[in-house]
Amino acid sequence: MADEVELTIDGQTIRVEAGITILAAAEQAGIKIPVICYFGHTTANGLCRMCVVETKGARGLQPACVTAVKQGAEIQTHSPDVVRARRTILEMLAATVDLSEAPEIQSMLEEYGAKPERFAGGERRQPPMLDDNPVYIRDYAKCVLCWRCVQVCADDAQYAYAINFSGRGFKSSIATFFDKPMPETTCVFCGQCVGVCPTGALKAKREFLIEQGVSLVDVFYETRMRGAGKRSTGGPRLDKGG
Amino acid sequence: MDQSEQHELGFLDPILAEHAAGGRSGLVPVLLRAQSQTGYLTPPMVEAIGRALRVPLSEIHGVIEFYTMLYNQPAGRQVVRVCTSPICDQAGGHAALRAACRHFGTEPGEVTPDGEWMVEESPCLGLCDHAPAALVGETPVGGIDPPSPARWIREPEPIGLGLVGGMARPLSGRCGIIDPADLAGFEAHGGFGGLRRALESLTPAQVIAEIKTAGLSGRGGAAFPTGTKWEMTAGAPGDTRYVVCNADESEPGTFKDRILLEGDPFFVLEGMAIAGYAIGARKGFIYIRGEYPRAQRIVAQAIKVAVENGRLGEGILGMDFAFDIEIRSGAGAYICGEETALFEAIEGKRGFPRLKPPYPTTHGLFGKPTTINNVETLCAAAWIVTFGAEAYRSVGTPDSPGSKLFCLSGDVNRPGVYEVPYGTPLGDLLAMAGGVNGELQAVLLGGAAGAFAGPDHLDLPMSFEGLRAANLPLGSGVVMAINQKRDMRRTLLSLAHFFAHESCGKCYPCQLGTQRQLEVLERVVSGQGRADDLQILQDVGFTMTNASLCGLGMTAGTAVLSAIERWPELLQNGR
Ligand SMILES: Cc1cc2nc3c(=O)[nH]c(=O)nc-3n(C[C@H](O)[C@H](O)[C@H](O)COP(=O)(O)O)c2cc1C
Ligand code: SF4
Ligand code: SF4
Ligand code: FES
Ligand code: FES
Repeated sequence: MADEVELTIDGQTIRVEAGITILAAAEQAGIKIPVICYFGHTTANGLCRMCVVETKGARGLQPACVTAVKQGAEIQTHSPDVVRARRTILEMLAATVDLSEAPEIQSMLEEYGAKPERFAGGERRQPPMLDDNPVYIRDYAKCVLCWRCVQVCADDAQYAYAINFSGRGFKSSIATFFDKPMPETTCVFCGQCVGVCPTGALKAKREFLIEQGVSLVDVFYETRMRGAGKRSTGGPRLDKGG
Repeated sequence: MDQSEQHELGFLDPILAEHAAGGRSGLVPVLLRAQSQTGYLTPPMVEAIGRALRVPLSEIHGVIEFYTMLYNQPAGRQVVRVCTSPICDQAGGHAALRAACRHFGTEPGEVTPDGEWMVEESPCLGLCDHAPAALVGETPVGGIDPPSPARWIREPEPIGLGLVGGMARPLSGRCGIIDPADLAGFEAHGGFGGLRRALESLTPAQVIAEIKTAGLSGRGGAAFPTGTKWEMTAGAPGDTRYVVCNADESEPGTFKDRILLEGDPFFVLEGMAIAGYAIGARKGFIYIRGEYPRAQRIVAQAIKVAVENGRLGEGILGMDFAFDIEIRSGAGAYICGEETALFEAIEGKRGFPRLKPPYPTTHGLFGKPTTINNVETLCAAAWIVTFGAEAYRSVGTPDSPGSKLFCLSGDVNRPGVYEVPYGTPLGDLLAMAGGVNGELQAVLLGGAAGAFAGPDHLDLPMSFEGLRAANLPLGSGVVMAINQKRDMRRTLLSLAHFFAHESCGKCYPCQLGTQRQLEVLERVVSGQGRADDLQILQDVGFTMTNASLCGLGMTAGTAVLSAIERWPELLQNGR
């Protein structure tokens, strides 16, 4: 039997396996902590900070998804400071990104009484939609930079390394090598990035076309025929020597 | 790739041959060297580099995009970087930027038609004692006459070392006195005495004990006890350990490390070698910011001379100890001063800070136990091992022993580096720097990540305990004086601009918060403030401070929050 620790979460004392995260411990206690970037199948990087909690005696707030439980810790998951941070993060995010196809984040906005209009007039990230391949579209105006697509494309799953980042800070975005269209990259069109995207920024081309009211026959031609043979072999591939 | 392209890329071959064995860790050095031949990086160049170093192309793109001194668009072969951070801004930095652009008939970031020149706005260049300052190609210029770019761009006069003053100066005493390339001169003034003593008569554990007894704490900002850090690294499991010297010095208002690097480079190397001996490392890296090309040249020369004379390399000082030091250049990113982001940069990645724990002492550079110290910390360590912990403790206060380099800038009559015992009152420091030019309004302590003291703080002892009691940071030793004529809101705007520019973007509170903070201050300064702006700044500041992933975000709102507390009416709508 693995080592156990005892800790208190929202006044409830529980015993859990040592080394697990506060997020996992809270779940065992039936307490729900909101998450945006955390995803069970990719490496957790602690990006969004929605999951922050307050630990008695500790400085600042701790991200529950990447912080291990400690013996004797007293944790509050919905203290006024926690709520203030979460609400502010949500407001700033909603004032930046199109969340119209991210229902989970929308219900968080509601739950926390977030008022994104406080940030009205601020810069939004709204690059044009990219429709450059038959398999998926990329609408980065909806991207919350959760990194999941980059991770599944790289060491977390596919080892294709087709996508990474451009810029930094507020001006960060997901990008390919010199912003080349997907068919000219090392993308293998496995579609895993589409599967993990939480906001509709990456969407299957078929779904996109059907939403646009395109007939099923035309969808077939767009996604199966038009792209046939278009996969570039001259693109920059490490294994082929350019 | 066709034949002619392959031919044109021939210049890369020697660069790649030199770095291929090192793999990805050679990425930033290779990109910098390749770019120095062409002005910017093209897809074929990057493809060749990716193949040789085995790095995926999308990731190289990510790296180029992260560092402001790497370009994937046409850039001038000569870049003029004009500082617009607060100290230079006060002294005419923006006017100089505009004049330089007019001179070439370009916009910032636009290349002249002949491909030769490009003017850029730059965050603090670490030349604040020479404000307004710029970097013309690799030449640091200062005290520039903003409206006459023809003079300072076409015939740039390099600035000297700068003013080094203070009381007894154990750490900076040789700066400006000895020739930085002259090993004999360094040794005639006591240099390498600490390394000799360590190797000849102390065990590594005794060296660490000496540092602990001295009570040395880090000079890079976080003030962590150095002896404890060395002890933890020495005790971490594994055979390979590293020493890293943090010479990224990018905190606005900080330039003390430049003085040590350019004025007494062997001292820094001595400190690194002593650290290596103490923790059981045989390799060290010194990461010098890209905006310090002169310091890089001087340190490179010192390393060469030290190796030739058996002060580095195998069998140092005739003893059974080997230690090598490699220089790494930064490429334009304040965040790479954060220790784990710095490791990522050396490893050839975007400078994203890592989650902690694990800490560098067990999982540092290349995942190995690593001691990372600031330039000044390492010099102080070398001094302690040379003269002993008792001598070190004989100045300063019991809780802040030793002497400290402070960077005085802004509205003082003689800006420069002043070395004084910890505990020296703020007013004495200002007086030493020739007094305040005009009537004092505020002093920014700790840099962009700092907070404001006021004229009521002149008696404040500049020690850790003294500043803590006043709820003010010591940080890296920035003391930036601001007189009554300055518009504090503009200072805050400049700081906010810095953080929005430098946030790495990894975590939401800082990625989004630095931008929102800037936007609110922009509208307040332009008279467009809204009723709830103060509340917004406080919510954003609170969230960045408490929920950010790393020290950049945790301090990005500090100066603004400190100003709100000190001058509640300053940012009120309609002022
Ligand atoms: C955003 C940021 C920038 C930093 N920049 C520097 C720097 O330029 N130089 C430095 O020595 N420490 C810098 N630090 C502190 C380092 O992370 C680290 O604490 C320091 O190098 C440890 O050395 P010391 O213990 O000798 O001070 C920075 C920290 C942060 C969060
Ligand atoms: S595109 Fe989707 S999966 Fe990728 S970072 Fe953006 S939101 Fe996350
Ligand atoms: S606090 Fe800022 S600099 Fe640090 S990880 Fe977050 S976004 Fe990056
Ligand atoms: S869910 Fe924990 S940081 Fe995003
Ligand atoms: S060099 Fe301009 S503010 Fe430091």
